[in-house]
Amino acid sequence: MSRRLLRDYGSLLGLLLIGAVLSLLSDRFLTASNLINVARQVSINAIVAAGMTIVIITGGIDLSVGSTIALAGCAALLVARPAGDVVGMLAGIVVAAGVGLLNGALIAWGRVPPFITTLATMTVVRGAALVLTHGEPIVKTTGPYLWLGQAVIGPIPVPILLMIVTLLAAHWFLSRTRWGTYVYAVGGNAEAARLAGISVAGIQILVYVLGGVLAGLAGLVLAARLSSAQPNTGVGFELDAIAAVVLGGTSLMGGEGTIWGTVVGAFIIGVLNNGFNLMNVSPFYQLIAKGGVIVLAVLVDQAIKAGAGRSGPAASSEDRGEQRAHSG
Amino acid sequence: MDPLLSVRGLTKRYGGVQALAGVDLEVRPGEVHALVGENGAGKSTLLKILSGAVRPDSGDLRFAGAPLPVGSPRASETCGIVTIYQEFTLIPALTATQNIFLGHETSVPGRGAARRAAMRARTASLVADLLGQTGGSGGLDPDRPVRELSVPERQMVEIARALSRESRLILMDEPTATLTTQETARLHETVRRLRARGVSVLYISHRLEEVLSLADRVTILRDGRRVETVGAGEATLDRLIRGMVGRSITEHYSKEPAARGEPLLEIRPAVGLPVRVAAGEVVGLAGLVGSGRTELVRAVFGVEGRPGLALTWCGRPLRVTTPRQAIRLGIGMVPEDRQGQGLVLGLGVDVNIALPNLDRLLAGWLPARGGVRRLAEPLIRDLRIRLADPSHPVRSLSGGNQQKVVLAKWLARRSRLLILDEPTRGIDVGAKQEMYRLMNQVVRDGKGILLISSDLPEVIAMSDRLCVMRRHQVVAELDARTASPETVMAHATGLAR
Repeated sequence: MSRRLLRDYGSLLGLLLIGAVLSLLSDRFLTASNLINVARQVSINAIVAAGMTIVIITGGIDLSVGSTIALAGCAALLVARPAGDVVGMLAGIVVAAGVGLLNGALIAWGRVPPFITTLATMTVVRGAALVLTHGEPIVKTTGPYLWLGQAVIGPIPVPILLMIVTLLAAHWFLSRTRWGTYVYAVGGNAEAARLAGISVAGIQILVYVLGGVLAGLAGLVLAARLSSAQPNTGVGFELDAIAAVVLGGTSLMGGEGTIWGTVVGAFIIGVLNNGFNLMNVSPFYQLIAKGGVIVLAVLVDQAIKAGAGRSGPAASSEDRGEQRAHSG
Repeated sequence: MDPLLSVRGLTKRYGGVQALAGVDLEVRPGEVHALVGENGAGKSTLLKILSGAVRPDSGDLRFAGAPLPVGSPRASETCGIVTIYQEFTLIPALTATQNIFLGHETSVPGRGAARRAAMRARTASLVADLLGQTGGSGGLDPDRPVRELSVPERQMVEIARALSRESRLILMDEPTATLTTQETARLHETVRRLRARGVSVLYISHRLEEVLSLADRVTILRDGRRVETVGAGEATLDRLIRGMVGRSITEHYSKEPAARGEPLLEIRPAVGLPVRVAAGEVVGLAGLVGSGRTELVRAVFGVEGRPGLALTWCGRPLRVTTPRQAIRLGIGMVPEDRQGQGLVLGLGVDVNIALPNLDRLLAGWLPARGGVRRLAEPLIRDLRIRLADPSHPVRSLSGGNQQKVVLAKWLARRSRLLILDEPTRGIDVGAKQEMYRLMNQVVRDGKGILLISSDLPEVIAMSDRLCVMRRHQVVAELDARTASPETVMAHATGLAR
């Protein structure tokens, strides 16, 4: 328990440190409007990363979320035209859940490894989005749909509220329901879980559907914010989500991890982006710096764990996990 | 005689646990030196330090007169110290030969195909050596991937790996825990042959009879300290047990009779005798490793299908295709591989106990935490599971306590039939006693037990009836009160008619 606390506070400490440095370097950083701006930018990645966390705890991975974001947004706006905005939203979520169901079925019943399954669906779903839209953006300038991305309740933009609700729900699911416990059990030892009477296939399908639905929600928000759905949007979003999960201390080997850690991870990435922009750093250098921060964070995490008296096996499994993150 | 290995004042602390508190140890050249102690006494830690896997906090280690470099597996190996761990360290996808020469391929002369051929030939001769020239059965294909080998075969590869190097000290951690009587005898033969060649063996085992028959000297550890080192002449079972647990355990096995109730399970295979278990009785499944005991009970539990197997549960025909169905009917299984199949090591003790019970405990959406705690706590108390906090991960528990957690899952579920597959493997004397006590309690509560054990005295003593398996068939049913290890072995090997 204390190790986990140290870990979480470690990444939180990193976030605060980055924040402190940025507030010294730029007097625009620590203002209410900028912080709300950061949170709004983080919201989409955080929503996707919440689903990714659940998937990764089962020992899986979902590379198709970036494409699902695009497909859900396009489907929503296409359906919204004839059927109305609310039906459109539902359609986007249903399509995204369908992608998750396909992933889950292939993985659980077809026994195709998650990495390969979602690598394939990543391409298929992107193709579907392009076919559906003939490769053209779908513009939406009016209607209640835009509320999702553009409205403000009090001082807080709706995407931030959606992020908060999503994160609380995901945390509650993982820590307070029996299915959440099953998620950890399947990731920790699938065979023991099966012998305890848990339907491992059922849990796997459930987590990919959840991952798909949350990616779909993120896609709806993104389309609403931009007043248009682009079939080419969301490329590389899966990597940002995985980075947030890893920065949050979730093991890519499965069996452990928290939503709370992922939130901190998503904010580390968001705050860095924001800081670089405030300081007019070229986007090319931003990419290099972001990758460096991820490696640095995991190295520091290793050092903390080694200091807490952990030896061999755990460290080496983390190493492997890290490699996977970078090859993915 | 100068000792080969000399250890003085060795200490090691893991977090809050003092694993070793100033241990001294001497191993002479060509000696079989046994290390005994309860789980958590520090045996494995000591071994890991010697093999270089773990760095000690303090202590003086000398090997063949020179200081032994610590914390480097490579350095220990160069000195001639080779370890055969309890958890196998073979790489499943590589062949037996590749595993044996892993990391020192260049020690074999030749290049390319010639070297590979030389390695294969060397593997074959090492295996033949291990089997003894007479034992023609069970040769090992040097080109088979390790993942296709059985547990004893894998162990043979481990030992062959140790022999393939110029080993002067071989460390063995529970090498016979997974072996049958025959295989154990073969391993003992190998160890004696090593000794005759002047190789020293440091041997950890929970089977004290084996220690007494094999070791030249025995060092007893308790709570990270050395109690004493006794020569083979003065060592007795009672003295070892007293040293290990700090008290004397008078009766080794203590089966208590229980009232036999209604029939629970009947297994009728297509060929061979049926197996029947009633409430209040323990039925033992004896047989060699590979005789199909585990496969049979796994079929009953719905883990894997087996055609031609007719099951009856409480008088009704039974069809199970998933463990979940078996659990709902009231069957629980403590699997053979505790860590691989029985537990989710990273999750809390309470959660592990609750795992097969959550569907009963919660109507789905309700918060889980309080209920899990309430379910687990009385069991942790009843089973005397020693832990700091029920939410700590199972990984932090000793082997015996981990096994109690697996058992607790099914007691919490109130399963009517418990399938126990090697429930005392790799756990210490004290924990075994606890396991026997719990088995007695389970049958007294009117439940049935189907017990698999490769420890013959144990399975005979703890069962009411014995079913002996050979080649995937039940070939004999014996009354456990009158059965002797010899008659059971005779049926298991096919010598009895």
